[in-house]
Amino acid sequence: MARTAVSGRLIWRVATLATIRDETATARTLSFDVPDWPGHLPGQHVDVRLTADDGYSTQRSYSLASDGGISDGGISDGGISHGGISHGGIELTVQKVDDGEVSPYLASVLKVGDPVELRGPVGGWFVWRPTDTAPVLLVAGGSGIVPLMAMIRARQAAASRVPFRLIYSARTPADVIYANELRLPAGGLDVHYIFTRNGTGRRIGVADVNTHGWPADFEPDCFVCGPTGFVETVADILVALGHQPRKVKTERFG
Amino acid sequence: MAPIGSQGCFSFCSVRGMGIVSPGFHGRPPADQDKRLPPGQYLTEDFPVLSAGPTPRVPQQEWEFVITTEAGQDYRWSWGDMMALPSQAPTVDLHCVTKWTKLDTAWRGVSLDTLFEGVETAADFALAFSYGGYTTNMPMQDLLDGQAWIVYEYGGEPLAPEHGGPARLLVPHLYLWKSAKWVRGIRLTLEDQPGFWETAGYHDYGDPWLEQRYQGD
Repeated sequence: MARTAVSGRLIWRVATLATIRDETATARTLSFDVPDWPGHLPGQHVDVRLTADDGYSTQRSYSLASDGGISDGGISDGGISHGGISHGGIELTVQKVDDGEVSPYLASVLKVGDPVELRGPVGGWFVWRPTDTAPVLLVAGGSGIVPLMAMIRARQAAASRVPFRLIYSARTPADVIYANELRLPAGGLDVHYIFTRNGTGRRIGVADVNTHGWPADFEPDCFVCGPTGFVETVADILVALGHQPRKVKTERFG
Repeated sequence: MAPIGSQGCFSFCSVRGMGIVSPGFHGRPPADQDKRLPPGQYLTEDFPVLSAGPTPRVPQQEWEFVITTEAGQDYRWSWGDMMALPSQAPTVDLHCVTKWTKLDTAWRGVSLDTLFEGVETAADFALAFSYGGYTTNMPMQDLLDGQAWIVYEYGGEPLAPEHGGPARLLVPHLYLWKSAKWVRGIRLTLEDQPGFWETAGYHDYGDPWLEQRYQGD
């Protein structure tokens, strides 16, 4: 199985917050300038380190939302602003967790021009490469959309014709991150929503994955990201529907 | 690393030691437990799950554990064999490379010292492998002398599949990815052979106190 080796030492870089974009009432996208960013593959993450003025320091991992800039060119060919990166920049989308130590700071306090330290890219398993040819199924729970959006953006940036399907479970329509960008998806990308708290809200089930995913015979690459319970449920469903476990890649938070 | 001074900070962004100060970031007040917190880690009360794919479901009657030596000799234990061995109840702190640390986790299982008692080997390295295909490597000496177990109970209950049940390796002095879930066996080798995450850029050894997260750390 091919993987991205992280070559050499991962150094800490000082990133500067360049722009802020509100995605929902509780999530915002932070675009950072990062000198000498080496580029990344969609699905990879960065470690962010915050240090208080008394020397206290803590770290968290965040998935990269930007497409990675590995395959250059064609970033704005559709005329739709889709958050593709500029050179030397990365984007993170942060969901504010009320009792969190770091996310409220990133989601509410950090201002344009402020520095944070980060290093990466990290992770060579939960990645999609624009050279991959198998159909792709993306299944997102909540802010689990972030690394999957990086894959969607990389597909578009590379003008890949690989067919993508996205099943996106959110609490309500107002909680959908990247809603504008997903409203007019590029050709070859199907988007299906499940709302868990909207009227007759419900959880994702076998029928959703069976109807809006790919048949196992197509041997799609499946990427599932969300809270642990969501990922466990979806991964179990995919295996029960006949997908090979090695074709089901998962990433969890919480 | 340079010591962090206690002098005041006069600008919004000052360089101190290796870190830059993030303006307006205060973090959590330090607690006594911090002495048990390796660098870059934070405390959690939850028990987060980290795995790369679907959770394998392995029935106990089909489960087995095998140690294969560098000479190709196999030592096998069925579920019944494992349950018949003397068990220990280690209470240990867990440190995950994704930054969370959980204190005082209570397990029950069999010490690898017990399993290795009759195993003839001169190998310096071990590669643990799991149902589902996961692998992770470590020096042989990190598995012995009361440092590692095959555990099958957590908090007095059978180990849940998402946490590695029916049984997992527990090597708590290394980052938790070394404690292979759904463990199926250990292959002993004369040369170090990187496992799943180690091949993907994570540190070969993974000492949380030295913050050995990634290659080159």
